[in-house]
Amino acid sequence: MSRMRNDYESTLWSRIEKFVNGEEPEQTMKRKKKSRASYEQVKREDVFMEDILLRMERREEESFLEKVEEYGEKRRVRRYERIYRILAVFLCFTVMAVLLVTVSYLPPFGNPDNPANNEVIERYIEKGLQETGTVNVVTGMILNYRGFDTMGETHVLFIAATSVTILLLAVSEKDKKRASDRSFEPKNDIILQKAAKVLVPVIFMFGIYVIMNGHLSPGGGFSGGAMIGAGMILYAGAFGFAKTDRIFNGHVIKIAKISALCLYVSSLSYYFYTGANGIENHIPLGTPGNLFSSGLIFFINIFVGTEVACTMYTFYALFRRGGL
Amino acid sequence: MNLFVFLLLGALVLCAIAACLNKNLLTSIVIFMAYSSVMSVIWMLLESPDLAITEAAVGAGVTSILFFVSLKKIHAIEEEEDHEQDEE
Repeated sequence: MSRMRNDYESTLWSRIEKFVNGEEPEQTMKRKKKSRASYEQVKREDVFMEDILLRMERREEESFLEKVEEYGEKRRVRRYERIYRILAVFLCFTVMAVLLVTVSYLPPFGNPDNPANNEVIERYIEKGLQETGTVNVVTGMILNYRGFDTMGETHVLFIAATSVTILLLAVSEKDKKRASDRSFEPKNDIILQKAAKVLVPVIFMFGIYVIMNGHLSPGGGFSGGAMIGAGMILYAGAFGFAKTDRIFNGHVIKIAKISALCLYVSSLSYYFYTGANGIENHIPLGTPGNLFSSGLIFFINIFVGTEVACTMYTFYALFRRGGL
Repeated sequence: MNLFVFLLLGALVLCAIAACLNKNLLTSIVIFMAYSSVMSVIWMLLESPDLAITEAAVGAGVTSILFFVSLKKIHAIEEEEDHEQDEE
């Protein structure tokens, strides 16, 4: 049978045992005893001090324990942060090294023998003008050769915009009042209003130019629509929603958006059914270089531009006042 | 011309790092706008003007506006607003 050691109280094992049994550690016990002794001493002198002393004692004890806990916690957090930083830097450098090694195996940029330069690109560049009627080959590729992909992309974008609208739209008047942050900001900023008066017509005109000349010059429905949307946002930010609502209220935007999407999809579907890629196409292509040329692409650009401009403005209105 | 390209690429890297390391979110967005503008010039030099127009309109314009509005919604640029109102 084993015998208890004389200095068992101060060994590590006894402390662990005490901790497991839920007893208090020795140090705090000592402190408690000491403070209790002083408390007993004071008690004889003044009964009134009892309450305050009790509280002081408790607070002292709690703060001591908190400090002990906090110190351990802080040390653990600091160690964790250090390891986290080292690992983050290590991971960044590893990914960078892997990517750089991969890049060094790629064929050189602009080499005519690259696998990307195959017969598809030759066909697009040589026959693109003849088959699609677009001077800007990129638009011809996006809206004619790969019109089906673009239509799928547009549907994905429309579904995403619809889900965001469902999430953010404020239905009741109370929600609208809470969502609107117009009341916080200084109204009638003269510099912004004067700048907007000069800039907004120019932005609108440039956007319309980019959309209408999408088949002749760089640009197209998406970029032009984004420009018009940015102009509308600038106007709304300078003059407030009350003035934009006179023309671009929710009703008009809904009609414009839905009719643009329906016309876009129906015209592209007509194009697919009558035979894509220029075979058996009943729509006249016109003279390349004229404004009204390249068949359906001109109209599809306008529809896409309307759609994108309305979506941009809708997002801004949703963020600012929770509705159209 | 070559020097100009390297200058632009250097500015791109600088803007990317500065936008990440900046403590103030408002400044970070402005740096991000600068990044998009530099990127649009680089698209122009790579002979893809379509992308340059889209980058300038969407990257530098609309995205930054939506970022600003979001910051306002989560009251991250409240202090400056109060300051402005005090001046008035």
